[in-house]
Amino acid sequence: MTPQDISLDLQVRVNHAIENKTPLSIRGGNSKLFYGREAVGDAIDISQNCGIISYEPTELVITARAGTALSLIEQTLADNNQMLPFEPPYYAETATLGGTIACNLSGPRRAYTGAARDFVLGCKILNGRGEIISFGGEVMKNVAGYDVSRLMTGDLGTLGILLEISLKVLPRPEAEITLTLERDTEKALAKLNRLAQVDFPLSASCYDGDRLFLRLSGTEGAVKSSKKAIGGEVVKSNQLIWHKIKEQQHGFFFTKKPLWRLSVAADTPPINIDGKWLYEWNGALRWLVSNASAEIIRTAAEKAGGHAIRYRHHDQNCADVFHPLPTNLLGIHQKLKQAFDPHGIFNRGRMYAEF
Amino acid sequence: MDKIQLLSELSQIVPSGALLHQQEDLRPYECDGLSAYRELPLVVVLPNTIDQVRAILQLCYRLEVPVVARGAGTGLSGGALPHKNGVLLSLVKFKQILAINPQRCTAVVQPGVRNLAISEAVKPYGLYYAPDPSSQIACTIGGNVAENSGGVHCLKYGLTVHNIQQLKVITIDGELLTIGGNGLDSAGFDLLAIMTGSEGMLGVIVEVTVKLLPIPDRAQVILAAFDDIVKAGEAVGNIISAGIIPAGLEMMDKLAIQAAEDFVHAGYPTDAEAILLCEVDGSNAEVSEHILKVRGILTQSGATQVRTAKDEAERMSFWKGRKAAFPAVGRIAPDYYCMDGTIPRKQLPHVLKTISNLSTEYNLPVANVFHAGDGNLHPLILYDANKRGELERTEEFGGKILQLCVDVGGTITGEHGVGVEKINQMCVQFNTEELTQFHAIKSAFDDKGLLNPGKAVPTLHRCAEFGAMHVHKGKLPFPELERF
Repeated sequence: MTPQDISLDLQVRVNHAIENKTPLSIRGGNSKLFYGREAVGDAIDISQNCGIISYEPTELVITARAGTALSLIEQTLADNNQMLPFEPPYYAETATLGGTIACNLSGPRRAYTGAARDFVLGCKILNGRGEIISFGGEVMKNVAGYDVSRLMTGDLGTLGILLEISLKVLPRPEAEITLTLERDTEKALAKLNRLAQVDFPLSASCYDGDRLFLRLSGTEGAVKSSKKAIGGEVVKSNQLIWHKIKEQQHGFFFTKKPLWRLSVAADTPPINIDGKWLYEWNGALRWLVSNASAEIIRTAAEKAGGHAIRYRHHDQNCADVFHPLPTNLLGIHQKLKQAFDPHGIFNRGRMYAEF
Repeated sequence: MDKIQLLSELSQIVPSGALLHQQEDLRPYECDGLSAYRELPLVVVLPNTIDQVRAILQLCYRLEVPVVARGAGTGLSGGALPHKNGVLLSLVKFKQILAINPQRCTAVVQPGVRNLAISEAVKPYGLYYAPDPSSQIACTIGGNVAENSGGVHCLKYGLTVHNIQQLKVITIDGELLTIGGNGLDSAGFDLLAIMTGSEGMLGVIVEVTVKLLPIPDRAQVILAAFDDIVKAGEAVGNIISAGIIPAGLEMMDKLAIQAAEDFVHAGYPTDAEAILLCEVDGSNAEVSEHILKVRGILTQSGATQVRTAKDEAERMSFWKGRKAAFPAVGRIAPDYYCMDGTIPRKQLPHVLKTISNLSTEYNLPVANVFHAGDGNLHPLILYDANKRGELERTEEFGGKILQLCVDVGGTITGEHGVGVEKINQMCVQFNTEELTQFHAIKSAFDDKGLLNPGKAVPTLHRCAEFGAMHVHKGKLPFPELERF
């Protein structure tokens, strides 16, 4: 797609929507339409607001318009031996940077280098008053004003339209291998918790109910010495396995049952709910394929200090996707929504029914 | 405000020893680490339970009394400067480490726990807390969260916002919010991020769950000397281009080197125009590989001397010089004023040249200490507060440095916060709509504007007044506002 700045056109659309009180549903590559509650309102397509604005490998910063294809960003970085450290999933080739950031989606590397939100340095947005405003910037350290860029990350488009995003990037590791070990669930989780306390160059972990997979990334020497210390066999298809897990193309995800995502304390023992489990992030991320009730799953996640998302609900009209918020936090969310989007234009109800 | 009523109601919440209101008792709280600004609060309250904090805030909300929260008072931007009609809420009695969870690599601590005390407490588990502001021996974790503190290891390990997992916060109307969780993310908006670095404007932090990291097997530091500061700047870019993210990457200029060497005898080459300290950490094998590479890059970048610390004692000595740079500069002038801008690294030569020209223009020497890896510059302006007008000249000079940082695409504060110090420069960095957005966020948490009023985000009127004095790029900022 031709790089262009259509922010002024988008501003006109938003002002029109404000005048006519018509809600807008923000669209990029439509790769994550399945995620969250139903999108209501007229579609406003931001995918043409695209193009890399600046990229300086030695500054470790890239700035691009939100409609830029995620694949273009990752390819550009790869050409310079760098990467997005949070290893975002695509779910479709059309995935854009804006959707990735608005959903705060991160892949296998997240537990070791950080989430999308950890690498957002700044953003330009279009808020619900029709104003184009910028926060943060292109520098690593910036504490001037509230951290709006990170607030926008994971807002599911409910606070405004992302126009431009600046991200910190990192060098690609020199060497990478994946080890596999056979373990039962308890032993696999215990091993993951133990490994987390030692300075190994881990960059991904997964337990599929049968085998534990561990990815090591770093210098040749570091990977070699850690491999010896951890044990197990080297997997031949290092990249493929993590790609399949990240993109949910692993056999585990082929199901018509609801897919739940539980984010819990890493040392939580195996949770006793009927279904299939897949573990990532040292045990802090747990995928569950189950017909169990939302109440049972959410209660278990809460008990483990976390929350549960009904990640894929297969087109069933689903009222509760995200974990219900305590009343006082819901109140803050509604007030923040009001602070950014006083007319309730953007992605109404996409995150919670209340705003 | 009726002080007698306030005191009477506060005395029902906390015991008399936790309530200070005589002038001599208030004096120690009149300023934080930025001592150029001083103000006595109406009262100081030192609660030691969450219920007391809630009750104090509810009372202040009802009586509409401003509240300024304070940790150790080591902040450098006047964020904890008291409000003359307000309550100074000290959190120093909250100094318990509530839990250490080595399995999940976290610790739950009260806000008054010192930064370094966390790393000391978790050391037996082979873990540590990464952010290490230079005040880490004294500063508290509550203050670190409020300011989103950094340190010398930010480039690799991030700021406070990257290293915390859950906060318990009390809002001005007494609501206890639990933000974040024990997992790596939580439901809803990223309130953890909006709270971190909010400078006490949105809520009072009463508990923090920090993330811990395994202590690296090995850390090693390399010192490189340069006869030209531009070459030192280029060397930093060359290290990063080679795919190495050092744990620390610090630069000092000649004046800073000489002051530090005179003070702590770190073994720095005092004839150098600039030195770089590059620390690499990780497994033994990784560190060995990186040292070899970094040494090569530094030599190729024109370093006149490249030394790897021969043992742990020399490594500590190299760092001692850097960590003592501020007090060392304090020895060579009656006063110094520490700036805190961040710039894109490639702008370093231009920025240093401009600072040097301004230094001549204002006739005030400057020593530069630089977190080179992440572009965070700390120019230290040397002055004498006893000389008439010199503080004012210093502040004006400092303001120009911050404006310069914004002009080259950087920011007015990398890690010290805005506080009262940089409130005017916020008008340079943000326009009316952006500041209005900040105020709207503030109102979502604090509708009466009682938490730390007058800090962090300027009113539009203040910017109009400031703008009248400082015409930026020939444009009058905030033209829509009346001037007073």
